[in-house]
Amino acid sequence: MTVVYEDHDDQAASDVPVRRIRFTINGSRKIAEVEPRLLLAHLIRQGLGLTGTHTGCDTTNCGACTVLVDGRAVKSCTMLAVQVDGREITTVEGLATASELHPLQEGFKEEHGLQCGFCTPGMMMAAKALLDSNPDPTEEDVRWALSGNLCRCTGYQNIVKSVLWAAEKLRS
Amino acid sequence: MYPSRFRYEAPRSLDEAIDLLRMGGDEAKVLAGGQSLVPLMKLRFASPELIVDINNLPGLDYHRADPDGTIRVGALCRHADLEHSALLPGTQPTMAAAAPLIADPIVRNRGTLVGSLCHADPQGDWASVVMALGGHIVAQGPGGRRTIPIADFVTGPFQNVLDPDEIAVEAVIPAPKGTPAGGYLKLERRVGDFATVGVAVAVETLGPNVIRAGIALTGVGGSTIAATAAGEALVGKPLTAQTIEQAAGLAAEVARPRTDHRGSAEFKRHIVRTFVVRILSRADTTAERAA
Repeated sequence: MTVVYEDHDDQAASDVPVRRIRFTINGSRKIAEVEPRLLLAHLIRQGLGLTGTHTGCDTTNCGACTVLVDGRAVKSCTMLAVQVDGREITTVEGLATASELHPLQEGFKEEHGLQCGFCTPGMMMAAKALLDSNPDPTEEDVRWALSGNLCRCTGYQNIVKSVLWAAEKLRS
Repeated sequence: MYPSRFRYEAPRSLDEAIDLLRMGGDEAKVLAGGQSLVPLMKLRFASPELIVDINNLPGLDYHRADPDGTIRVGALCRHADLEHSALLPGTQPTMAAAAPLIADPIVRNRGTLVGSLCHADPQGDWASVVMALGGHIVAQGPGGRRTIPIADFVTGPFQNVLDPDEIAVEAVIPAPKGTPAGGYLKLERRVGDFATVGVAVAVETLGPNVIRAGIALTGVGGSTIAATAAGEALVGKPLTAQTIEQAAGLAAEVARPRTDHRGSAEFKRHIVRTFVVRILSRADTTAERAA
């Protein structure tokens, strides 16, 4: 995999520190050479072309860049790409199979859980982490779990309904 | 936003990490949860030349109680570990109350209590909690380990007393001598914002009387404020409407809030008083107080 960097300084290319990392993303094993300062969100978007992960605020507030690392939800704009060496990443692209949407995706469709759609991947990944650990959440549990994700359309009502819809589908 | 260029090392042992820090000197920085450091690096407020990532160090992700009740929190124990702790609710109510209020759920998956103390943000929540509990930090350097009381650990906004080649490996909460009670309350505009006001209260009771009390305040001054007089006023007395009101008044007195977009100084001072009353009223488990 090739990651192309912006070059703004005069450092010799051979002096730029690069590290080789190995990781799994959405079930597929990868090796990448990354600059240590590359953020995980940029590895995912620019390096791997998985643009479902969005970068919204870039300041650890909005949660649009949420992915799972070893099953735990993290804000990928606030983790270095080198730190996923040996780890397993799941992005929103890892939810659906070739033939079927994930119940969370179905839920967002059924309950109109998205308006502009920008926050949706992060909402889904935070919800995935919740449902993996708590298959039968209350509305309060869902609101609490999504409190690190912002929806600028303020469509929270339907987002919460979508997650509850998915929880029920997953249980049945 | 990209951080400026740095060298990255991910040592596998504490000794190796300390060696790297020694070589890096003032330009090296420890990376634990990274939930404060990485944003600072992206904004170029911090541009370390060497990052020593301690996330691969074994055996630092614990929080546990010694047989005597001392609680130890390792450098890689995440806020979420404390939030979902089976240990804290029964043993350490102030910490149990604070853990779910740190930042937001996703940040809590990465951020650490020890890292938060080291970062020494004047608006950090854990500093007040650990100060109210009279806790300390254990730091390890080339010369071995030393223990630093939290009040001496933080020297100013974003400054601590660690030498460049020292790592804070553990936060320690001393064993209670009585029955612990207390809590942490935080007023915030929305989840993830800094506290408009945060109040940490930790009391220990023996029979009807308080034998130790610590109160500390977040967000109402240039740094964490220890409301020492408020705590001392409770010692030797039972928790009654009068003693609680007195302590709350003393706590509000030492607050140094400023009027800003989060609220007026007067409002924040009022909240300090209200929170102290609220936590102590709940802490009163003796049920002797007239309703």
